[in-house]
Amino acid sequence: MDLFEYQGKDFFSRYGVPTSTGVLVRDPDAAAEAAGSVGFPAVIKAQVQVGGRGKAGGVKLVHDADEAREVARAILGMDIKGHIVHKVWVEHASDIAKEYYVSFTLDRGVKQYLCLLSSEGGVEIEEVAKTNPGAIARVHIDPLEGFTEDQAARIVSEAGIDEASRAGVARVLLQLYQAFVEGDADLVEVNPLIIKTDGNVHALDAKVTLDDSASYRHPEWESYRQDMELDGREALARSKGLNYIGLDGTVGIIANGAGLAMATLDVVSQAGGRAANFLDLGGGAGADAMANALEVINTDEKVEAVFVNIFGGITRCDEVAKGIQEALGRVELSFPMVIRLDGTNAKEGHAILEGLLSDKIRVEKTMVGAAKTAVELAKKGER
Amino acid sequence: MSIFVDENTKVIVQGLTGNQGRFHGLRNRDYGTKIVAGVTPGKAGTDVDGIPIYDSVKDAAAATGATASFIVVPPRFAADAIIEAAAAGLAFVVCITEFIPAKDEAMVASVMRRNYPGTRLLGPNCPGIISPGRCNIGITSGDIALPGGPVGIVSRSGTLTYQALYELSQKGVGQTTCVGIGGDPVPGTNFIDCLAAFEADPETKAVLMIGEIGGEEEEKAAEFIKEHVTKPVVAYVAGVTAPAGRKMGHAGAIVSGGHGTAQGKMDVLREAGVIVAVNPTEAGDRMVEIVERL
Repeated sequence: MDLFEYQGKDFFSRYGVPTSTGVLVRDPDAAAEAAGSVGFPAVIKAQVQVGGRGKAGGVKLVHDADEAREVARAILGMDIKGHIVHKVWVEHASDIAKEYYVSFTLDRGVKQYLCLLSSEGGVEIEEVAKTNPGAIARVHIDPLEGFTEDQAARIVSEAGIDEASRAGVARVLLQLYQAFVEGDADLVEVNPLIIKTDGNVHALDAKVTLDDSASYRHPEWESYRQDMELDGREALARSKGLNYIGLDGTVGIIANGAGLAMATLDVVSQAGGRAANFLDLGGGAGADAMANALEVINTDEKVEAVFVNIFGGITRCDEVAKGIQEALGRVELSFPMVIRLDGTNAKEGHAILEGLLSDKIRVEKTMVGAAKTAVELAKKGER
Repeated sequence: MSIFVDENTKVIVQGLTGNQGRFHGLRNRDYGTKIVAGVTPGKAGTDVDGIPIYDSVKDAAAATGATASFIVVPPRFAADAIIEAAAAGLAFVVCITEFIPAKDEAMVASVMRRNYPGTRLLGPNCPGIISPGRCNIGITSGDIALPGGPVGIVSRSGTLTYQALYELSQKGVGQTTCVGIGGDPVPGTNFIDCLAAFEADPETKAVLMIGEIGGEEEEKAAEFIKEHVTKPVVAYVAGVTAPAGRKMGHAGAIVSGGHGTAQGKMDVLREAGVIVAVNPTEAGDRMVEIVERL
């Protein structure tokens, strides 16, 4: 789960990481009032789950209430890389003396955590990584040993942090590491981490991705989840426990496993079609998940045909077939369906499908053959 | 020959008394795998269809001489289960559990590197390993595999592992061993481990490799193939048409910038001399051509 900045700052504050207090608002008048309450000059920041909002004009300094109102009006509703701004965060403008970049993440190759720290903060860090990799200090952290004070001291020195600020930055790094580990984050990134003119160290931004697999030990994440912005169908799919991403084609896809779902997108594209969605039923999906998946796709008016591509492993084909049967009883499906079933209990699955076959519901033996048929049906647009 | 397991491998199932554990454990036994014991704390002395249950992996291993484990337990118990198997001295541990927190996986990797370097972990979040006709540990449906070789399969994606097996078996090409390494952030066994083992296995004459978007494992595999693999390799990388920058259910499937894209991976594999196919069916066809020329 990717957090908005205001959620990230709330997350940081749980672990003692210093951030600006601010106010979250959804309309220009509230923004003007909020700016007055945090004190001018204030900053109005678009809340979107994507980077690059500063460049897109989504972060602005304001000096009075009228300006705050105008700026908030301009930012709210803005489209930043496909993300519409529905809310802005208003905080007092910090007096910045220095800007740094810091992140904690998992280095998969090394199977250890990685801390990156750079004195070239406040800019495109990926550019820095390309053009001046030496400006980014790195330290690997053994999960068993944790991030030690020695390591923190070493990396602030290697990153060329001013002598006077080193102790303060090291302290915040240790706090961020706590947030990363205890908070079960996949990513904790601050750009910029600032030194204020009064010498205090402070996270001016917060990019946090939480590990969804760890949510069972974090009941406090529920409040973050409630604020997530999904389009209607994505929200419906999530409420039914499906991994769904809306796309813009006409062939609906249901597959089990992310890899097979991606391969299904690939073969549909190779057959000359375009996928309307990515939908992974997940491992061990039962009849209910299959029925839910068909219901979710049934709400997508772009869909002209559906390709159900199942290879049973932990998922059992008879369960999948039962789900199709159940969905047909529950809702009127508005599209033709091409089904390909192989693997665990495939015979039993096909026996169930036998009784359901019609012009609208077909079975194909191969993945490539099914893709071709689904694309043809979608092009006919028989829905 | 096969890699990592063979017909003599004795296997413990951690979680055999659960619904999934029972289904897949018994199915593995029906396939011919030597499933010799189950482990569920507090259930020692009972049995699952004649397979004795022990309280701990240590007890089960001592009583049966097992050297491998198949872990089918819920995510919150998986890290402890893996460490328990390693601490009991098992050489090979297969964990199929999905949705284990990344921090738990990183911790497991660290503990194993330090304390149990003799244990190989396969997974987590993988379909397991099958050496057709000899041994099947995991959730792969045995009837889609064809014994006799000469192809080794290694795959990062669960269902595409089955697809790969199926494509070859349908075309009459057998497999020596098929290893599903899983797509989680911290896999116990990676492409390179499997490529090295297949290269060393005299029965394996060619390797089919299935990758997917995200991470750098395929890029590293390409480097390894260039330097160390003399046998022909065919690869398919899923996700050429996947929308960029979106998480696709596997923590591994994150596309960032130009790194980790399916296209980028295909390019470096091709440069390393690998035959790259655009879908699993084409990968199977290319492999048939190679096997016919052997």
